[in-house]
Amino acid sequence: MTREEIDNNGDAMMIDDPNPKIENEFNVHYLRIYYGNLFPYSDIHKWLSYGHDGKHPGCDEYYFGRREFSFTLENDVYLRYKSFKNASAMEDAIKSNFPYKIDIGAVYSVDPDKRHAYAHSGTNLFTPVERELVFDIDITDYDDVRYCCSGADVCAKCWPLMTVAIKVIDTSLREDFGFKYILWVFSGRRGVHCWVCDAKARRLTNEQRSAVAEYFRVYKGNENNAKKVDLMGHSLHPFLARSYVDFLKNFFEGELQTNQSIFSSKEKYEKILGMITDEDIQSDLRGKWENSARSSLSEEATSLLRWEQLKKTLQSKKNKALSLRTCIEEIVFTFTYPRIDLEVSKQMNHLLKAPFCVHPKTGRVCVPIDPNNCDEFDPLAVPTLSQLIEEINAGGLSMDVDDDSDKSLLGKSIKFFRSSFLEPLLKSCKEEIESSYKTKIGKSKDTFSW
Amino acid sequence: MEVIRSQKRTVSNDIVSTPTLPLYLTAPPMEVRLEEFELFAIDRLRVLKGVSDGLARGRNPNEMDDLVDTLWKEHMRLPDVSEMINKDIISHFVLRLVYCRSDELKKWFLSMETALFRHRFRIKKIEEQRAIVGEFGLPYKAVIGAELESLKERLVLVARSLCQTSSDVENIYYKVPFEEVPDLVATRRVLLQKGYAFVAGSQLVSLVVTQFRSHLSKALILTNRKWTTTIREREKDRLTPIVEALSTSYLGPDYTQSSEYADISLKDIDQVSKSSFPLCMRHLFEKLREDHHLKHGGRMQLGLFLKGVGLKLDDALAFWREEFTKKVGSERFDKEYAYAIRHNYGKEGKRTDYTPYACSKIITSAPGAGDHHGCPYRHFSEDNLKAALSRMGLSSRGMEDVMDKVRNRHYQLACTLTFEAVYGTSCDTGINHPNQYFEESQKILKSKNPTAPV
Repeated sequence: MTREEIDNNGDAMMIDDPNPKIENEFNVHYLRIYYGNLFPYSDIHKWLSYGHDGKHPGCDEYYFGRREFSFTLENDVYLRYKSFKNASAMEDAIKSNFPYKIDIGAVYSVDPDKRHAYAHSGTNLFTPVERELVFDIDITDYDDVRYCCSGADVCAKCWPLMTVAIKVIDTSLREDFGFKYILWVFSGRRGVHCWVCDAKARRLTNEQRSAVAEYFRVYKGNENNAKKVDLMGHSLHPFLARSYVDFLKNFFEGELQTNQSIFSSKEKYEKILGMITDEDIQSDLRGKWENSARSSLSEEATSLLRWEQLKKTLQSKKNKALSLRTCIEEIVFTFTYPRIDLEVSKQMNHLLKAPFCVHPKTGRVCVPIDPNNCDEFDPLAVPTLSQLIEEINAGGLSMDVDDDSDKSLLGKSIKFFRSSFLEPLLKSCKEEIESSYKTKIGKSKDTFSW
Repeated sequence: MEVIRSQKRTVSNDIVSTPTLPLYLTAPPMEVRLEEFELFAIDRLRVLKGVSDGLARGRNPNEMDDLVDTLWKEHMRLPDVSEMINKDIISHFVLRLVYCRSDELKKWFLSMETALFRHRFRIKKIEEQRAIVGEFGLPYKAVIGAELESLKERLVLVARSLCQTSSDVENIYYKVPFEEVPDLVATRRVLLQKGYAFVAGSQLVSLVVTQFRSHLSKALILTNRKWTTTIREREKDRLTPIVEALSTSYLGPDYTQSSEYADISLKDIDQVSKSSFPLCMRHLFEKLREDHHLKHGGRMQLGLFLKGVGLKLDDALAFWREEFTKKVGSERFDKEYAYAIRHNYGKEGKRTDYTPYACSKIITSAPGAGDHHGCPYRHFSEDNLKAALSRMGLSSRGMEDVMDKVRNRHYQLACTLTFEAVYGTSCDTGINHPNQYFEESQKILKSKNPTAPV
């Protein structure tokens, strides 16, 4: 195979490939082209610099250099504690290693590269100082409530679970916690990541992160307990109530029933009956449903009908026991409420995959998701490496990622990243740097007043 | 503080203005006799050990309030109130010296002092509590007027979600940044809006405890610095030997080094798992044999337990390899799992020799989808737990006693009862560590049958 010629000054380039139909979604060859020409280095650098670009006297020019990155190379070689002085150092390192995966860690008290120089026995001077508040939602954690796929697969019938998760969590982060600079990213295969980048969020301690994660936690299930959601109390906490009314209820009674028909077979409805703590109600409903097993209705219609029956029965028996009062909500929450991976959020030193990486199993790029339009997002339509390469080949487009009018597959995502996330974020960062600088100057002025 | 030789100590009048629950913000100037230095510290250590014990046994907050009250009266009471406050302050600062000297010691001391403070605070009257909040100089204002009106409905919802009746909904709420009350946020006991939590008067304890803990944590770092740079050397003939002796005497065994009862080999492991493992580990073990896999939480909990039980690193690697290769193959095992096992034994990374988890840690863990770790008494449904207990050989009456404890959330007592039922003997100290269960079990079995393998 002839070597491809890559023209480095931004002119149209052609990849010489004798086999125009591209077979694999992911291979090293394409990865090199991707990191050679498409990865948005300067946007990532601008983001992670949080305004410390050296243009203001209040900037900390070493800030970016204290951020940990990790590379996973071919053959699972794992390199931790990588750090870069600036954007071009980062670019050089990526272009010489072509990592399969890039993770972003915390900003530390000292340059991760030099951490050994600061290791003393007893006290640890190498500690994380700032880190985004992050969340990881993976669809495999919903395997017990999705019937279309399991494991690493995802399809149009179960992806809406991710959509509803984004809506619930995003709303709460903004309304309850007051965060503003939030980036949602497709994980590349079967989930989503969330990066909360407000200064307040970056400075949260592990204990505070843990508190936020626990605030979001509702599902406490594994195969050892039948009732995975326990909403005790006489009413729902306002956060849960709002999530239920604004998102979960309609999703459960609409899209979910259409896609999953969770009552349509005995195996499926037994699982739900197990969540009702009253044996009499269970057998009452079981009786009804066993008898109607051979009705002429579609799966979806059967499912909806049975849900209505269940609701009616529970409503009438509501006063029987406290635990029945929230049973309907518990069922809805079990099937629809977000399930975040707590461990990812709780610790500052946890590494998380960088946006705009490529997933090695699918070849898809980890593109941002617009939380205000997440219904439109289709994980199976995300650009893959081979599509990107094909695009380059086909159109001979000038792949200039710095051109805002770029209409290429990736250009759209980069544009969104810049306008919706990066620009407002940097504006607020610069304001903060300026104001804290002014305060510092003000203070030192005072110390000179006799 | 100044430590002096035996002389009548001048009763300090500096203490008069401080409240009965000191915050230990600064070390006040006072003179301490050398004997008091050690004795006061030992008495306080007895209290802290009692607190540690109570927490490990899963006592609920009200029980802890009583326990702390009892412990305090038993060990710290003195006829004169100002003397009592002196002892309180002196003993705290002495123990800071003792427990600042390593991360592990700091962590334990911080947890126990915070718990002690929390429960002493809880039993104070509301006016005293408000005064203490003031002491910390916290700037939080009560929510009033229009703002309060706009929140009323949701505040009622929060109260109802905690099973409080309308009459319990309080009149005073403080607007506090959510970062200041992490435990209230984590348990959804407060309303949140735009980054602020609305804390009820009765929840003040949370606010104060967070402040207390944060302050003490920073203070311990400073104390450590002072200790290592000046005090240790300067006091090497006087205080240093006392300080060093104090820390080693009171922490219970951590099972990092297995005792003479526990040195199991691979060929015995299946039998031993049925005869001597507590339910949590038995479940993990069975699942591992069944699925040829365990998720991370399970690998940690079972893996460290086995280390404490005496399984050597080579045997451990062989054991996990034997199971995992049935599912993931030998190459993936070497690549993805072997490293972590060696890490647990302190052979990789920063070479910490990790200690097996105690019950308190296991009970508070959070097994999720696909997990099998945690405490079965806490995390299993009733049916599953009963089935597991019957497999352990419990009669239906024995099971009822155990289930009764479970329903009252006394998980460790439930495990203790199980132990007593299985081995036909009483266990007065109560189970608070899986390795303890194992060792006690082995002791009993070996004494019944000294030569046979158990």
